[in-house]
Amino acid sequence: MMFVPGNNPGMMADAHIYGPDSIMLDLEDSVTMAEKDAARFLVHNALKSIDYGSTEMVVRINPLNTPYGKKDVEAVVKAGVDVIRMPKTETADEVRELEAEILKVEQEIGAVGRTQIMAAIESALGVVNAYEIATASKRMMGIALGAEDYSANLKTQRTPGGAELLLARETIVVAARAAGICCFDTVYSNLDDMDTFRAEVELIKSLGFDGKSIINPRQIEVVNEVFAPKPKDIEKARKIIAAIREAKEKGSGVIAVNGKMVDRPVVLRAERTIALAIASGIISEEEAL
Amino acid sequence: MNTASAGTLESGDILIQIAPSEAPGIEIELQSPVAAQFGRQIKAVIEETLSGLEVNNVYVKAVDKGALDCTIRARVSAAAVRATGKDVWKD
Repeated sequence: MMFVPGNNPGMMADAHIYGPDSIMLDLEDSVTMAEKDAARFLVHNALKSIDYGSTEMVVRINPLNTPYGKKDVEAVVKAGVDVIRMPKTETADEVRELEAEILKVEQEIGAVGRTQIMAAIESALGVVNAYEIATASKRMMGIALGAEDYSANLKTQRTPGGAELLLARETIVVAARAAGICCFDTVYSNLDDMDTFRAEVELIKSLGFDGKSIINPRQIEVVNEVFAPKPKDIEKARKIIAAIREAKEKGSGVIAVNGKMVDRPVVLRAERTIALAIASGIISEEEAL
Repeated sequence: MNTASAGTLESGDILIQIAPSEAPGIEIELQSPVAAQFGRQIKAVIEETLSGLEVNNVYVKAVDKGALDCTIRARVSAAAVRATGKDVWKD
């Protein structure tokens, strides 16, 4: 998910060329108070006019308790945004308030249920309430960590190893999995330190995150490299899925592949590997069969 | 109605300045590196956007830096809303 400032038309026009899975146009922290109105018009018109292809379009709105939040909702829902990212989410009630605002606009334009919600968790209270937030609405598609505000709220700062974020990251992954939605890790803003960035992407993948937020197209390749399954994993996953299919046809129970027992978690992991390989463009859906 | 502006001089953007005019209609002064090829189109987008917002009798100065039509629409809308004080979004 690539963050793009909502008041920069040049970046907004070019962002999808680099092939991120999703683009988050930002109306919040990257836009000054004096430009909130202009950025809202830009994002609205860009969503309506620019063909972003299959890239998922997310807009980070301003909090609803500011003079900008509700207008942001109206502008982006009317423009057909896929997902609204709510910043600094601390309670399930805040999600429900956003849901009500979205519904009002959707009813006005006859498109009820079209807009999904992603909640950014950026405080200790948000982490404590992560599961309630994740299950607050049927529109919830994911939760994301916002680490800058979170570490400030903890009265600490970010470190290269990310020890200060570990509890929040694990809580967010667990809450998302329990709720059956996606989870996304925070940004890493030092573009000159790609080694630490890569280490962080490897860490968050191992924790179970579905993806990483990025601030520059240069970071896309690293995320894709880390998340894309390796050829030997794809081959192993194919063998497992083929063996399971065969076992089902024969009506046999427990099976083994390469001498190792294949049970349900192994099958789920194999299916996820194949799904990731398709999403990464390594194999086609036909090849996966 | 006041004088107002929106946009920047960065690549891919357009700076729109709107001022009230005593002359009827919409008068547009355009500076653009692609004025010869797209000047008519850019002016048409500006006029169409202002008409949609029911803004008339204005002088518009537009300094284009290669903006897409959607950017022109957004910047004209922002400048017009700033100049007239009326907003198109509900609180």
